Amino acid sequence: MRQMATVLSNRPVAKGAMEMKVSVGAGEIAPGTFFHVKTSQLLRRPLSVANVDGNVVTFLYKVIGAGTTDLAARKAGDKLDVLGPLGNGFPLDQTGKRVVLVGGGIGIPPLYYTRRMLAARGIETVAILGFDTKESIFYEDAFRELGETIVTTVDGSYGEQGFVTGPLERIQADVLFSCGPEPMLKAVAASHIPERYISIENRMGCGIGACFACVCQAPGGYVKVCSDGPVFQAEEVTL
Amino acid sequence: MRLHVDLPGLSLKNPIMPASGCFGFGEEFAKLYDLSVLGGIMIKASTGESRFGNNTPRVAETAQGMLNAIGLQNPGVEAIIDTKLPFLSAFDTEIIANVAGSTSEEYVHVARQLSADPTIKALELNISCPNVKCGGMQFGTDPVMAAELTRLVKAASSKPVYVKLSPNVTSITDMARAVEAAGADGITMINTLVGMRIDVTTGQPILANRIGGLSGPAIKPVAIRMVYEVAQAVNIPIIGMGGVRTVDDVLEFIYAGASAVAVGTANFENPYVCQEIIEALPGRLDELGIDHILDVRGRAYAQTVSRA
Repeated sequence: MRQMATVLSNRPVAKGAMEMKVSVGAGEIAPGTFFHVKTSQLLRRPLSVANVDGNVVTFLYKVIGAGTTDLAARKAGDKLDVLGPLGNGFPLDQTGKRVVLVGGGIGIPPLYYTRRMLAARGIETVAILGFDTKESIFYEDAFRELGETIVTTVDGSYGEQGFVTGPLERIQADVLFSCGPEPMLKAVAASHIPERYISIENRMGCGIGACFACVCQAPGGYVKVCSDGPVFQAEEVTL
Repeated sequence: MRLHVDLPGLSLKNPIMPASGCFGFGEEFAKLYDLSVLGGIMIKASTGESRFGNNTPRVAETAQGMLNAIGLQNPGVEAIIDTKLPFLSAFDTEIIANVAGSTSEEYVHVARQLSADPTIKALELNISCPNVKCGGMQFGTDPVMAAELTRLVKAASSKPVYVKLSPNVTSITDMARAVEAAGADGITMINTLVGMRIDVTTGQPILANRIGGLSGPAIKPVAIRMVYEVAQAVNIPIIGMGGVRTVDDVLEFIYAGASAVAVGTANFENPYVCQEIIEALPGRLDELGIDHILDVRGRAYAQTVSRA
């Protein structure tokens, strides 16, 4: 569960987004799960899996505080203490259905690996990716290689102007997979797509379900984001 | 046997146990290692009824520490007995139940129920949680109230009672003496220090509960000092805790006067930390020329070392 991964590369891919590739030990990694990563700080940082290629795992992260600043300083060859994969990912058994992937900003990364795995199963997907501005766009080409991809920017500097919810209104799909900021998740959770799955982010303690730090309100109580999620059906949580 | 420690109600194969609230009811950590390696487990607090706890954010990081305001989320004493203790009973380790409540009646009810379960070897009376509106720390900052509650819980419990002290007091020794006089079998200390962090972009506290309990390496010197003072003030054993993450931290608590040590926040940083400390202890005792770990208990005050 815990291992010392080796950093293979660590570079900026857009304004505010870093991409780190690490080599990890063998083991299946499901799309939508995360690794709890040790930095210079006390608590680990949950990083979603943006891609898996053999034993190479890709993380995309935004430099926000001391922990991610430390991560950004890691160089190829450095060791990285990671715990995972943790949590439950997106359900891939969507044969015969059309899946729309809706991502916002640094919530987009897990949808890339998810889309690859869906494509491998022959499942038709369409992606809507929302960014702040042209300079913050990443992985657009990689997404396009896997199917129809709509890009929005809040300031209109690239693609469609506005939020992801604009294009989502005209999309016909059976299932929605989404990850991004809470206001976006709220909006997509209430959308017309019949089956909706959202990946939630929260400040975490243990990452394995023991400390009850990262709970999210749910009908009739709370759910733990780290171990019950981070992917939930929209009806399972109260945003 | 050089790690074996006998305390009221507890036969500990080693003096290391995860602290309450940092280990749930053991289920998650049991997937990572065999819980039977642990001297004991202090399970998450139980209240009379289920509690949802506080709103989020519930944690905030600090320099070498962490603030939490979980708010005693737990499924309630009956559900804990029915659904959590059977799992724990399968392990060869001593289970210590943490008893919480809003009123003395609730504490007594929870203590009576839990102490009657054969899986539970001792109770930890939680009069020091800073994150609940009623009960909790209000019992733990007034020696008269703490003593009265200890007396009531002792009368209701069929197992030894350890009282968990709050560091948020002027005189920790007054608190310790009061609960000892009221019949406490032991003391666990320290709970978290009340603290706050503020988001500089909003000017508002980060925690939804506004205040929370500070834990982690940042509080270890405070805990060591308090154990050192209390160990000299009372004749009941102390299970020390506060910022423990290494084998040397454990030894510091023993030198200060503790008879066993609990590990809290470090379980989040490294979920294998308790196991690793237990594995490292014999080698470190060898290096320091210590035969049995308790041979050095209280050395910090029992022996004045000449520095001439």
